[in-house]
Parts: sequence; structure tokens; C-alpha cells
Amino acid sequence: MEFHTNLFIFSGLAIFMIVAALFAVVSSKIMRAATLLLFVLFGTAGLYFMLHYSFLGAVQITVYAGGIVVLFIFAILLIGKGSIDITHTSKLRYLAGVLTAMAGMATTIYLIHITPFEANHFMSADVPMKTLGISIMGTGRYNYVLPFEVMSILLLACTVGAILIARKK
Amino acid sequence: MDFSTITTAIDNLLRTYMPEQAVILAECLLIALCLVLAYVLFAIVMIFMERKVCAAFQCRVGPMRVGYWGLLQVFADVFKMLIKEIISIKRSDHILYSLAPYIVVMSSVLTFSCLPFARGLQALDFNIGVFFLMAASSFGVLGILLAGWSSNNKFSMIGAMRSGGQMISYELSVGLCMLTMVVLGGTMQISAIVESQLDGWFIFKGHIPACIAFVIYLIAGNAETNRAPFDLPEAESELTAGYHTEYSGMHFGFFYVAEFMNVFIVSAIASTLFLGGWAPLYIPGLNAVNAVMGYIPGIVWMLGKTFFVIWLLMWIRWTFPRLRIDQVLVLEWQYLVPIGLVNLLLMTICVVMGWTF
Repeated sequence: MEFHTNLFIFSGLAIFMIVAALFAVVSSKIMRAATLLLFVLFGTAGLYFMLHYSFLGAVQITVYAGGIVVLFIFAILLIGKGSIDITHTSKLRYLAGVLTAMAGMATTIYLIHITPFEANHFMSADVPMKTLGISIMGTGRYNYVLPFEVMSILLLACTVGAILIARKK
Repeated sequence: MDFSTITTAIDNLLRTYMPEQAVILAECLLIALCLVLAYVLFAIVMIFMERKVCAAFQCRVGPMRVGYWGLLQVFADVFKMLIKEIISIKRSDHILYSLAPYIVVMSSVLTFSCLPFARGLQALDFNIGVFFLMAASSFGVLGILLAGWSSNNKFSMIGAMRSGGQMISYELSVGLCMLTMVVLGGTMQISAIVESQLDGWFIFKGHIPACIAFVIYLIAGNAETNRAPFDLPEAESELTAGYHTEYSGMHFGFFYVAEFMNVFIVSAIASTLFLGGWAPLYIPGLNAVNAVMGYIPGIVWMLGKTFFVIWLLMWIRWTFPRLRIDQVLVLEWQYLVPIGLVNLLLMTICVVMGWTF
């Protein structure tokens, strides 16, 4: 059997992500769960870099690892001791959790099953920054300036709301 | 001199002896080894320089006993650090406690690997280079937060929270200054940014907005590395040593080295984006001077500029008193961010109107 470097790296990343994700879910300490989530996000960024999607990989690290996880940890630090007891929950919630997880897994497996993955569907080269910038900020066809602006208005509204809440003594 | 000839030669040499996958693996290991070695060497130089510069500013002589002119002092310190016991803390999260220093060092090494030392002497060169640099440096704060929390010590926790607030805030100014220079350069690829400074450094090409961005970058970079006058996270008179109070041995060593290397990285980025990186001094019209400058190798230029900026940062560190936390945040959010945003606009106008050299 031929030895593929890409396959090797992919399996390494995949095992790393699956193990980290499993432990993130089963860990009873919420701080550890947040840290393990960070590892999963790093793994995802690694996959993007493997596919030469360096922009998406960098976005993944900046937004999720450097932004969202930091936010999570700040929130955990502000609300309590960082180890919320999640072992003593009621049977009903336990059952609901298991059912939700099963449903999610079934949906994912079904979607993977019906999607025809074409081998050469994606561009396997670095996309130039100019192309990316024009497609995000352009007004033509298949350009995304409207969602971009809608997103900025949403974020602005969030910021104003946060300031308003923080100011109300 | 182009270093890519050397790397290509090594690559070809390895390819004659090994299959392709083994070559890739060997090269990855080789580059990692070189990076870590360079990282540690620069850290040792930085620590020695810090002690000597500090001594000079305080009219002392600094370390003199170990080796000639105290040259072996840092090696002795490193050796001491290596043989010290790593103490574990009661009733704390041991896994996160031991993991935290590695996250800080990982972020720092990843950022270090993007630096261009000479033509072709750069480990990571994406076409989104500057953005990757910011991404890599953005998760170091996580290690500090985890260190403070898992130490089970309120002073560490206060230090970590201060550090978190400060680093996240000042990242904004650093990003805006980098963006200003990206607007001027028209590219995010670090090697291309340096190439376009071969006919004049960006601080001269971008004149007024570039100078404003340089000053803001130096202030924000100093705050980003948690050094005086922004060293509240480890204000020793209030918090003993901040987030790394409970760490001992090499775990403390990692924080210490990462902090020094972050100063090096901040300075190296400043010299890359503003002072031309490895590009020699170029004065339009003076061809003889330019030719002479061109004979000095790029790595000398890069390290010279970097250590000049480091010296500036050390001068600031040993001259100014420490700020209060509210003053730190007011400085960032009420002064640096608005000035940075206006400056970005100014730079964009200059570039669009062609008012650059």
C-alpha cells in the first residue's frame, strides 16, 4: 500500500480532534472542557491549512481560538469557580441529552451519506488575498458585500446594546 | 545574498538519499529544530541585553562576576532554572496548570516562525502572512488566563484578568497599525512587504501616517508584552509576580522566555513593517551609498533594526513609571484606537491619491 503524507496528517489531525472533542464533552470540569474545545478548534484550523485554505485557517485561529474561547474562559471566570457540578442532573435531562446527541449524529451521518464528494471539487491552491477581498467586498454577482454589511450592523447593534447594559447602574 | 539557494541545496541533497515523504518529514524536523534553537539563543541574548541596558539606565554595571563582562550569567541562570524542582499546587487543576506555559510558548514560537530574517530565510510565508501573525499571537493570552486560574491563588487570578483585559484591548491597536502598513504595501505576504521596501522603507514612503502608526505600534506592542509602563499583570508591589507567582523551575522559565521573546517578536515585526526588514537603507539618487549599503547582508540589517527597536522598548521600560489599570484602558480605548482608525483612513487617502513616495 502506498504511503500518503496527506492521509497520514489527516488521520493524525482527525484522531486528535475526535479525542479532544470526546473529552471536552465528557469532562466534568468546565474549564478543562473549554481548553479541550480549543484543541478541537486548532485541529480544524490544521485541516484548513492542510487544504491550503490559509485565510480560513487564520480566521479559525483568530476568531475561535483567540476570540470565542477567550470569551468563554472570561465568562467562566466571572460566573464562578470554573468547576460547575454537572454530574447530578435529573434522569429526564439525561435522556433528552442522549436523544439530542443521537439525532444530531443521525443527521450528520445521513448528510455525509447523501453528499457526493467530488475529489477535485475544491481549488487545491492558495487563493490570492485580492480575490478573497474582492469577493467579500464586491457588489457584483457572487460577491458578498450585502451580508458583510448586514453582519457589521448586527455587531454594531450588539456593541451598543452591551454598552447600554453595562451603563445601567 | 539569497538563502533559498542554501535551502534548495539541502533539499536536493536530502532528495538524493531519501524518498519524498521522508524528505518532507526530515525537513519539518530540521526547520523545527532550527526555529527552537534560534528562539532560545535570541532569548538568552535578550535577557543579557535587558540586564545590561537596565544597569546602564540606572548607572550600574550589571552582571559582571560570571564569565568575562558577565557573559556567562544567563547560561548560569538557565542551568539553575533547569535543575529547580517543579512544584505542584494543592487543590488546583494540575493538567491545566502544567499546560498553560506550553500554550504561551506555542503561540510565541508560532509567531516567531513567521519572521523574515533575510531573503529566503523565513519558515512560514503565507499570502495572508500578517493576518496569520496576528492569529498566532492572539491565543497566547489563553495560556496566561489558564495559568492565573489554575494557580488557585487570588493574586495570580487578578494578574491574569488584568493581563487578559490589557492584551485583548491592545491587540486592536496593533492590528490597526499593521493594517495601515498593509494598505501602504498593498499585500499581506511578509516577504512581499519586505521586497517592496527595497526602494525605500515604509516609514519614509508612508511619511506622516506611517510615523503615527509606528508610534502607536510601539506603545501597543509594549502593552501587549506586559512590560513597564504596562506591567500591571505582574506588578510586584501589589501582586507578588502576577499570573506566574505559583510557577517554579522550567514552567516559570517558559513564561519568562516567552515574555522576552514576545518583545523580540514585536520589535522584529516593527522593523519588518516600518523599517524595511532585511532591506538595506535606500536613498533615492545616492547610488553609491545604496550600493555600499547593499553589500551589508540582509540578516545584519534585520537584526540591527530589531535590536534597535528592542533598545527603544527597553529605554521606555526603564524610564517611565507604571500606569494604573484604568489609565491603561483609557489610553487604549479613548486615545489609541480612535487615532489608529483615523490614521488608517489617512493612510488610505494618501495611497488612493498617490501621496506616497
